[in-house]
Amino acid sequence: MLETDLWQMTALTFVPALFALILVFVPATAKEALRWVTLLGTAVTLAISLVVFVGYLDVLEGVRSERGVLPWHGKDAHLEARVDYALAGSEVQTGPDGKALPGSLRPQPASDLVARSAWIPRFNIEYFLGIDGISMPLVLLTTLLCFLSMIASWGIEKHVKGYCMLFLLLETGMIGCFLALDFFLFYIFWEVMLLPMYFLIGVWGGPRREYAAIKFFLYTLLGSVFILIALLGFYFTDVRDFVRPEMVKAKAVEIGVRQGLSAGDAEKQWEKFAKDANVHTFDLVTLGKAGRAAMRVLNGETDKVIAEAPSTDKAGMKERLKQPFFTSFFQVAMFLLLFIGFAIKVPVFPFHTWLPDAHVEAPTPISMLLAGVLLKLGGYGILRIAYPICPWAAYTLAWPLALFGVINIVYGAFAAMAQTDFKKLVAYSSVSHMGYVILGIAVWSARPQYWEWGMNGAMFQMIAHGVTSAGMFFLVGVIYDRAHHRDLNNFRGLMEPMPFYGGLSFLIFFAALGLPGLCGFIGEAFVVLAAWTYSPVLAVITAAAVILTAAYVLWTLQRVYLGTNPAYKDFPDMSVREIIIGVPLLVLAVLLGVFPQYFLLSWMQPSVNGLVESLSKLTGGQ
Amino acid sequence: MLTFSPQAIADLQRDLLAFLPELVLCAAIVLMLLIRLFPATGRTHLGGLALLAVGGALVVAWLQWTRSGSLPLPDTSVRYFTGLLAYDSLTVFLRLFLLGFVALAIVLTFFTHIPDSEDSGDFYVLLLGGTVGMMLMASANHLLMVYMAVEMASLPSYALVGFTKGRRASSEAALKYVVYGGGAAGVMLYGISLVAGRFGTGSLTDVAQGVGAALATGTLDVPLALGLAFIFIGLAFKLSAVPFHFWCPDVFEGAPAEIGAFLSVASKGAAMALAGRLVLAFAAVAPEQAALAFAPVLALFAAVTATFGNLAAYSQTNLKRLLAYSTIAHAGYMMMALACVNTEGMSAVLFYLVTYLFTNLGAFAVIALIRNRTGSEDLSAYAGLVYTAPGLVVAMGVFLLSLLGLPPLAGFAGKFVIFSAVYHAAADASRPWLAQIYWALFVIGGLNTVISAVYYVRALKVMVIDKPPEGVGDRRVPFAAGSYAAILAMLVFVLGIAWNMLSVASERGTASFPAPKATVAAKG
Repeated sequence: MLETDLWQMTALTFVPALFALILVFVPATAKEALRWVTLLGTAVTLAISLVVFVGYLDVLEGVRSERGVLPWHGKDAHLEARVDYALAGSEVQTGPDGKALPGSLRPQPASDLVARSAWIPRFNIEYFLGIDGISMPLVLLTTLLCFLSMIASWGIEKHVKGYCMLFLLLETGMIGCFLALDFFLFYIFWEVMLLPMYFLIGVWGGPRREYAAIKFFLYTLLGSVFILIALLGFYFTDVRDFVRPEMVKAKAVEIGVRQGLSAGDAEKQWEKFAKDANVHTFDLVTLGKAGRAAMRVLNGETDKVIAEAPSTDKAGMKERLKQPFFTSFFQVAMFLLLFIGFAIKVPVFPFHTWLPDAHVEAPTPISMLLAGVLLKLGGYGILRIAYPICPWAAYTLAWPLALFGVINIVYGAFAAMAQTDFKKLVAYSSVSHMGYVILGIAVWSARPQYWEWGMNGAMFQMIAHGVTSAGMFFLVGVIYDRAHHRDLNNFRGLMEPMPFYGGLSFLIFFAALGLPGLCGFIGEAFVVLAAWTYSPVLAVITAAAVILTAAYVLWTLQRVYLGTNPAYKDFPDMSVREIIIGVPLLVLAVLLGVFPQYFLLSWMQPSVNGLVESLSKLTGGQ
Repeated sequence: MLTFSPQAIADLQRDLLAFLPELVLCAAIVLMLLIRLFPATGRTHLGGLALLAVGGALVVAWLQWTRSGSLPLPDTSVRYFTGLLAYDSLTVFLRLFLLGFVALAIVLTFFTHIPDSEDSGDFYVLLLGGTVGMMLMASANHLLMVYMAVEMASLPSYALVGFTKGRRASSEAALKYVVYGGGAAGVMLYGISLVAGRFGTGSLTDVAQGVGAALATGTLDVPLALGLAFIFIGLAFKLSAVPFHFWCPDVFEGAPAEIGAFLSVASKGAAMALAGRLVLAFAAVAPEQAALAFAPVLALFAAVTATFGNLAAYSQTNLKRLLAYSTIAHAGYMMMALACVNTEGMSAVLFYLVTYLFTNLGAFAVIALIRNRTGSEDLSAYAGLVYTAPGLVVAMGVFLLSLLGLPPLAGFAGKFVIFSAVYHAAADASRPWLAQIYWALFVIGGLNTVISAVYYVRALKVMVIDKPPEGVGDRRVPFAAGSYAAILAMLVFVLGIAWNMLSVASERGTASFPAPKATVAAKG
């Protein structure tokens, strides 16, 4: 069977890298050609991501029509269900008597957007990709922002070839991260992003670029080491009770064959070897199941966990549930390692200090990507990896996590207010806005429906912030190209010579501020609502911080755009190229603000709610 | 009159077949020495012949590995030459590793012209002679053989370090190396005589039994402990483990870059194999006690070596010196895996060695190529190199980042395998304090990676971000030489993505030693 989804997702990930390879053969002096080829690469990637998106909507639609229910109640909208189903489905195809097995009667869809193939069998590492409502919007955001920021890169004159190649490699890393469902694969892509970013800041950045680049590099590398520790910790857990029994059997047969038995004999006596058939995996879905079991074990429901497991070896399972993975210390330690690793990227106070430096020094298009996509990877990692695998720790530590979110919001806002550098102000506003993401994820309260608000708000905020922060950095870049400085106190009166630019800026900044009707409002409102049910105190602080946000945004707008300034009277308004970049972002900001349900929530929510449901039912009696 | 029994003749035939790769090299050495005697042929460049011999030996070793030769590689270790040498998968793995490396290094000398036609005889004889010594190190099964093999590997190395006779730094380096090496060899010989005297035999099989029994019963007396310590000090010198590393930076700085690669990859690989064989032989007799006795010491040396190497590399301005300290650090990483005192750790070492081969050879090759253009090995000679030789800088970037251990490059796979072995050892440790040691080692390894990022990335920064110095000449390298570096870089990349086969092979490399029994799950 030709796995269309495997090829689709592989193309989505590696087409940018392929174009980087093509660029090798374009002479370095042909700058214009280099730019167009790169733009073509990002455009092709954008097109593929849209094709995949339509495929994903198809998957959702199938669920809806078959079950006759609204998609956000369809269990199969969740990644895990699809992965399990795919495994069961492949069994149907290889069944000896040709009959479908019970529980897998539904025909295998042609494209379910989960695809796996063996990569490094000795370590059970898989090339395992998949898409759901959590990764899909982020992938679309990535491909769109890459396309737009490539247009914004037209002004780069220095070493265009190197720039374009690194840019495309960065895109591959980012998309790969969002698609990977194997922790090892995720880690590879996570690290692949590191170096292009280092050079993009270090070579094409501002005056203090070298310092900013190495700071970014070291911070992120340190975070990666934390993640690597957790990765190995999970790997050395025997998760055979959470995979299909056939896998354990296959493993046992393999051991038998290795001990000199013939394949047939080993097949017959496989139970003799079952004791040593340990299953170690990097599969995030399987690890998530083990993580949920760990939470129930820690809640004292060991017997129930054993009764419900597919494993046939119940006595052995009882022993295996005593592995370190199922202890509170391990869960908390691994959660903290992962959380810190991802928090550095988000960035969460106090791990945020690389961000202002990196942003200020990075060239405009790279700032757009850094704020628009790279920060989201931190939030995505927390959602996709830290929470599902270490839910007990996440639940136990919910209060401090939420507090970190609130600190981020308030601290970022105050810090932004104090800045005189326009770009630094936007950078700190990112810190503040990403705080909502953390807060929304953290408010795991007793009632799942409120946490659903928080989670959806956090996801929505990630997308909205991706749009607005990229827009803001772009707008700062536009004025920097004209005025050649970013000092907020020296602007004044830009509205007069550049009315279009001024109007666009007002709308984008208002969207970031969270004005109702624009995209920033939805996410923040959801998060604050969820926070209120969790802890009114935190909600009040969060809501109050909106005033701070309004203050620094309005004050900035006043200082930059209002009034008159004869010095800047002759500035030309935005060029066509700049309009092409700015307007799509504005349109998105408005559409997401006015029709959030239609444009995002309707296809994102099922997956987010699925995650919330699967986790919140673990809390036991409530 | 002396007569041989048919059995003895059959044994001899078997032994010679097992020894065939070494024999091929020995024949080539003799042939090269003979060629030098005749005026007509005395000045021909012997690189081709050397490469041919290494290639032949490589084919033989490959046949042994794939079991298609006339002497199939057994699952267990076979002693041959009256028990002086061991023929097992570790032996053959190291043969492939060493011969593969030397073949690539010889090809490199074609591009860097370091031995000219006149000197080529000396150079390749020494190179092949050292290689034979290293192959013997990897298969030694007798303490006497251990000493002879180490000496046989060392003596040609001393001469090779001083090969560029006119250069003062080179001669100085050779002298330093001889003095330190002589001292270390003496200490090692003293240790060997203590151990051999204690058991009345030098056979590693018997010594391992004796040491294992002593460990198991807790009767490790002072002479034996001292003897073992001295032997390991001799090996630590070859490994440039702190505090026996003093020779390393100076020697690397003085020696030609090609020889630097030889010392850092081949010599280190052989020493790791020998150390691993000793440790695993002890562990085979008394696994738990061997781990309790050796792991803390090895872990301490590993941690100190890696940390010191990385910290000292910070302030280096000479790229070869920087790589010398990086070599020390990598010896530390490999010793971390050795500290697991089991076959999983040793497999990780073997895996790491192969990734390190391509990576480090590549880095030294770039240094040699740039030296030929600029005559300098200072980091400043590389400033802004990306403007004139972008391809070479990309290759060098791949090597440096692979040394740093960034995916998807070979160095990351190597580090991953080592860290996973250490993690596994920690999870399986038989005592809580031993587990603590492994955890500490694990964390130190991770932090070292971050520390090392600073200087690897700085070297890269100099090449890419810094401005080229005034009045610098044309730094472009010939296309063929550049392709050599590019191919190595490509291999580093491919090996970083598709490493399943290497991982299986490295597991097989230790198959003749008993695998660790306990696993996480079995312990519960």
